[in-house]
Amino acid sequence: MCGVCGCGKGETRMEVDTGRQDHAGHDHVHQDHDHDHAQHDHAHHDHDHDHDDKDTLRDDPARRAHLVSVEQDILGKNNALAAHNRQHFNSHGVLALNLVSSPGAGKTTLLVATLQQLLPAATVAVIEGDQETSADADRIRATGAPAIQVNTGRGCHLDASMIDEAFHRLHIQDGTLFIENVGNLVCPAAFDLGEAHKVVIASVTEGEDKPLKYPNMFAASSLMLVSKVDLLPHLDFDVELLIANARRVNPSIAVIKVSATTGEGIDRWLRWISAARDMAVASA
Amino acid sequence: MHEVALCNSLVEMICEQQRNRGFKRVRRVIVEVGVLGHVDPRALDFAFDVEAKDSPAEGAELEIREIQGRAWCMDCSRLETIVRRGDACPECGGFTLIVEQGEELRLKELEVV
Repeated sequence: MCGVCGCGKGETRMEVDTGRQDHAGHDHVHQDHDHDHAQHDHAHHDHDHDHDDKDTLRDDPARRAHLVSVEQDILGKNNALAAHNRQHFNSHGVLALNLVSSPGAGKTTLLVATLQQLLPAATVAVIEGDQETSADADRIRATGAPAIQVNTGRGCHLDASMIDEAFHRLHIQDGTLFIENVGNLVCPAAFDLGEAHKVVIASVTEGEDKPLKYPNMFAASSLMLVSKVDLLPHLDFDVELLIANARRVNPSIAVIKVSATTGEGIDRWLRWISAARDMAVASA
Repeated sequence: MHEVALCNSLVEMICEQQRNRGFKRVRRVIVEVGVLGHVDPRALDFAFDVEAKDSPAEGAELEIREIQGRAWCMDCSRLETIVRRGDACPECGGFTLIVEQGEELRLKELEVV
C-alpha cells in the first residue's frame, strides 16, 4: 500500500443504480474481491513452486538468468479500456467531461449550479467519485440529474473500468456525462477515463502556483475553471498569475472565471460545454 | 500516490509474461519512466516491493531507467531538453513548449530464470 496517501487496490464500491445503494451492489463488489483473492492464491502457489526449483537451479547452468524484452505500457490496460469507453460515448452521442481538482475547490457546488442551468432541457448524467460516502451524489440527485456514486475505498482516483461499469448503469443517450473525479491533483492525471476533455477547477482560495506544483494535471486538461471568483475582493490573489502559470505548463489551455454563488461566468462555461458537444458529435 | 495501482498492473503484466513465456521467476524488472510524467520513482520502488509479494517477481530488483524530457519550443522552433514541466526554453526563455518525450511509463525488459 502507498505510504504517502494510503491508496491501494480493490475496495471499490459502486451504487447499483442511479438512486440507491442496495444489496445487489454489495454482492457485485464482493465478487470482485473474491476474484482478487483467487489471483492471490494462484500467485502464492507459483511462489511455493519456485522455492522448490531454486535449489535445483543453482546447479543448472543451462537455466541461468536471461533477459526477455517486453516493451509494454504499464497503463496499457487502462488506456485500452478508456479507448473502449470513448467509442461507447461516441456511439451514444455522449460528451464526457472529467472534472478534476484539489479537495475543496468547489467541484460539486459548481456542478450543481451547472446542472440547474442545463436542466430540464438537456440530457445529463453524473458519475461521482469519492473515497467514501454518497454525499456528493445525493447533492447532485437533488437537482434532478441521475447520478451514480463510485466509492474508491483506498483508491485515490477513478479508472476506466469503473467508468465502463457505471456508464452501463446510467443508460444515457445524446447528452452530457459529467465525471467528478476524486479530489486529488496528482493521481487522476494518469488515468484516461475515455473522456473528451479533462476540466481542471482551481479556486482562488488556493495558491497561484498550483499549476506549477501539479503540472501534469494542468498539462492534461483542455480547460481551467477558476472558481470562487466572487471571493476575490477579500483575497490577496493574482488571477493573472494563476493563468500565466497554467499556460507555462499547457500553452493551449482555455480559461473561464466562474462563481457558483453569483453565477458569474456560468454562461461562458455553458457555451464551452455546448461547443465541446458539437465538436464531439461532429467528430464521432 | 497512484504508484500502488501502477505496480499492481505491472505485477499483472509480469504474471501474464510468465504464463506466455514459461519462466520460473523474475530477478530484475526494468522499467522506463519519463521525468515529466506523473510517477515518483521512490514511491514506485516502495510500492513494487509490496505489490510483488506472493508473485513471480517477489524480491526482484526494480531498475528504473529515467527518460529525459524533450519539448518543442514554439517560439524558437527547437527541440530542447527540459528538467520539469513549467521550465522555460533553455535557449530563448519562452514558455510555449510542446512536450515530445518524457511521459513514458513502460515495462521494458525482465531478467528471468
